[in-house]
Amino acid sequence: MTNEVVILRTGVANIASVQSAFARLGVAVRLCDEPSDIVSAAFVVLPGVGAFGSAMQYLQTRAMIDPLSLRVRLDRPTLAICLGLQLLCAASDESPGRNGIGIIHETVHRFHPRVRVPQIGWNKVRPLDGAGFITEGYAYFANSYCLRQAPDGWLASRTDYGEPFVSALQRGRVLACQFHPELSGTWGLNVLSRWLAGEDGAPGC
Amino acid sequence: MLTTRIIPCLDVKDGRVVKGVRFQSLRDAGSPEKRAVEYEAQGADELVVLDVSATAEGRLTRLETIRRIRRCISIPLTVGGGVRAVEDVAALLDAGADRVSVNTAAVLSPQLINTLSKCFGRQCIVLAIDAGQTTRRSWQVVIHSGRERTGMDAVAWAKTGEERGAGEILLTSWDRDGTRSGYDLDLIRAVSRRVNMPIIASGGAARPTDLVEAARSGASAVLAASVFHDANCSVSNIKREFSSAQLKVRI
Repeated sequence: MTNEVVILRTGVANIASVQSAFARLGVAVRLCDEPSDIVSAAFVVLPGVGAFGSAMQYLQTRAMIDPLSLRVRLDRPTLAICLGLQLLCAASDESPGRNGIGIIHETVHRFHPRVRVPQIGWNKVRPLDGAGFITEGYAYFANSYCLRQAPDGWLASRTDYGEPFVSALQRGRVLACQFHPELSGTWGLNVLSRWLAGEDGAPGC
Repeated sequence: MLTTRIIPCLDVKDGRVVKGVRFQSLRDAGSPEKRAVEYEAQGADELVVLDVSATAEGRLTRLETIRRIRRCISIPLTVGGGVRAVEDVAALLDAGADRVSVNTAAVLSPQLINTLSKCFGRQCIVLAIDAGQTTRRSWQVVIHSGRERTGMDAVAWAKTGEERGAGEILLTSWDRDGTRSGYDLDLIRAVSRRVNMPIIASGGAARPTDLVEAARSGASAVLAASVFHDANCSVSNIKREFSSAQLKVRI
């Protein structure tokens, strides 16, 4: 199966929702915890809910960190969801002293105390740097921590929750979403299908 | 800006949607998947599925119903009913839930909230509180689908839940549930002042303005069941009402 989407197990996550979203798009999905698969698979999804520290621990124990980094450096189609985006960063306030995968040299911070945490629900996503896989629309979020600063070399989308934060990052075929595209209705399914096809959304959308 | 979520609730018993008054005298309201698809099409922001007989009959929510609903919707699904342990939550997430609510078991053993939060993350754990009014400004927690009053203060319990790691409160006014007399706005205000996590208001919705008032009183999300089941009001009607009241919703 060359066009299969491989979903990495990162311990506990709502993997059924990710699976069912791809199934609705007519794409075959396989769950994987074998590091040998990570670099070669056509499409890889790094889902993630739960805590930064325990997810990193999980990836480390299964020797998944190096193949993931390599895959992203090679620009292989990769999708990181929610905590997945944060795991690509260098560190997080959530788990001080614990290193992230470090592809993005930024630290993840907790939302400002004036807003209710976690952020749960639908918020507006605005692509800043022209059309990538993301178009403007409402996406579903469930997070307490966020990335404030977009790294150089990535197309960024912005969302506001007490403060502006990075809701998506794209570099080539690599897409990292702070929101859950698999739970963001038709808009979210469109994001997934553009990622699969490697096609940009219509400009001005 | 984060929008207010409009959440239809499916109370499920033996694989069918039911609705009662104060959790009793249940009547049939259709097939869960059919309802779920209909509500997503109307613009529902999330669905809550509660197995209303799960605790009473001592079993976990029927996983098959959750699987079937998950296959046909692309919005978040929160599931509750009979959740007592880590394995229950894992099984529900596996079947297609995104978040899980705990109620009676958390009251009987509050440590459960810490355990679940640590295991699955705060955003995954919804603490459902059924609050029965005692005086004008106080409410106590009721459990076992309203059959038992605990004497615990509902507002204090919400705070304890937050400290122990719950990510949201599903706050149901037991007195208003199914009665269509409007939400208990004082209850919503009291709890939303006390905690810094989001609150889903539940119990008593009759008209679109009731949902608007609940949001104005501090609810981050508003849940209703009979209002939507009887087709006297669609999610899109409600959202229009929110927009004309200058409240942000996803349209």
